[in-house]
Amino acid sequence: MAGPADRSPASTDRRAGRRTFPVLLGAALALTFVGSLRVAEVDPRLLVDRKAAASVARFVADALPPRVDGEFLSLLGVAAVETVQISIAGTVIAVLVGAPLGLMATASLTWSGVLHERATRATRLLLAMAPYGVARALLSVFRAIPEYVWAFMFVRAVGLGPFPAVLAIGVAYGGMLGKVYSEILETADPRPLEALHAAGAGKAGVVVYGLLPAALPHLVSYTLYRWECAIRASAILGFVGAGGLGQQIELSMRMFRFDEVVTLLLVLLALVGAVDVVSGRVRARIGG
Amino acid sequence: MARAVTGTAAVERPRGGRVPWVGAAVALALVVWSWRGIQADIPGLLGGEGLRQIATYAVRLFPPDLSQAALRDAAVGAVETFAISLVGSVLAVCVALPLALVTTRTILYRGILHEGHRLGAAEKALRIAVCAAGRAVLAVLRTIPEIVWALLFVLIVGLGPFPGVLALGFHTGGVLGKLFGEALEDVDQRPLEALQSTGAGRLGIVVYGILPQALPQFVSYALYRWEVNIRAAAVMGFVGAGGLGQRVHVAISLFHEQQLLTLVLAVYVMVTLVDALSAWLRSRLV
Repeated sequence: MAGPADRSPASTDRRAGRRTFPVLLGAALALTFVGSLRVAEVDPRLLVDRKAAASVARFVADALPPRVDGEFLSLLGVAAVETVQISIAGTVIAVLVGAPLGLMATASLTWSGVLHERATRATRLLLAMAPYGVARALLSVFRAIPEYVWAFMFVRAVGLGPFPAVLAIGVAYGGMLGKVYSEILETADPRPLEALHAAGAGKAGVVVYGLLPAALPHLVSYTLYRWECAIRASAILGFVGAGGLGQQIELSMRMFRFDEVVTLLLVLLALVGAVDVVSGRVRARIGG
Repeated sequence: MARAVTGTAAVERPRGGRVPWVGAAVALALVVWSWRGIQADIPGLLGGEGLRQIATYAVRLFPPDLSQAALRDAAVGAVETFAISLVGSVLAVCVALPLALVTTRTILYRGILHEGHRLGAAEKALRIAVCAAGRAVLAVLRTIPEIVWALLFVLIVGLGPFPGVLALGFHTGGVLGKLFGEALEDVDQRPLEALQSTGAGRLGIVVYGILPQALPQFVSYALYRWEVNIRAAAVMGFVGAGGLGQRVHVAISLFHEQQLLTLVLAVYVMVTLVDALSAWLRSRLV
């Protein structure tokens, strides 16, 4: 369909590449998938044999009706409150971890752009290497290791209870917040910053009066979004002994009390829903 | 500390002017309440005890165990984790697609597909019921967290990576089903009208009008969930569902700290690898 203007040898080459690429990609994906099926020991027969059917039937029979007596509900209430507290405290730590690292990992703050126009090339490179590189590396490690692994390690380091969960959320989500903070700051409109700079503002002035006010709604909005994720995470971190609803879910499952598990999941659903609504409203209001 | 807290709390200052201080005060109160609730001993943490515990533990992690056996174990676990995440994500797409189709109102009972002819009352009620049932199934699938699914499937099909695959497929299937359904409902209506005016039937409009428009979003969402799933697959093993998680669990439980660090590094490598792979595929495909 391409017009005659396109018919240079280079573009035919490229088009040939375009035609073979999907085939190669498809083949590679198919091979990887088949290999993965074997490695993952996928065996659908296990799902339909009589034993599986019997256990599913037993789970369902055990699960109904859900346990809703007063004693259990009050236990649940305590766990639910703890889950909310873990998510809030964890998010605060995440901000404390993510904000400074995010600032350092922002290229336009540490080594390029209007703030460093007068720096020489060598200084810029040095600035780029040291805090910028270190901050990026730290953020990458923090967020690539899942919060459950962090929680597990913190349980070993500081003992059982809600505190390791708070630290785990703080570190893992700090890594995500830091990365996104730096992306938000880097995409901020440079013109007001240049105007401030031209008017004689110093570096701190440009950051405090130019960059942060422009970026704040987005920063807050993303932080709230992460809080929504944190409530889910904090409900599950209990699986490794880190308090909250998760610990209760794990206990109930280990004791085959599926009637309790159903109630716990319903509470989790309500909690997540409530947080979504609150956070959504605040976000709509600040327009981030 | 105080600065960052006000950063979160001063949510409404820049635009509002309506109730900025009330919002800030509520947020601050929530933070204080949470800190008291979790009984975190901040002076203790920063002053010595907690920090020293963490430092002691961190020191014991080094150096990572780079013996042949440990490396082989980590490699096997990493490959298994990758396989769980990939097969689990594909299974999730297979679960999500049919459910997304039956929960799309614009396909089932309203909008351009149903302009020409009117559905009978009973027929329409049935279709609304199918849609509602599909949505309920999706809600249950995604409400139950992966690790709870994993524990359930370990009880049903036994230990190993397979329950991990099923857990990812079910939970992520629920998430993707919802996202796919939204993508199907949000397609641009004009091409559909054009197709209709050229005489395309309802199946034709779905196949040539709706699906091609939603496909790039499907791919994008599926790749995004794959990135989420590699992280989930790395922890599924905590409940016996194979992969690196199982080995991490064993290493932590047996106090093999140096082996643990090797495994955590393997998690880092796998996650970073899949993130890069997914970003590359997205740039080529979408």
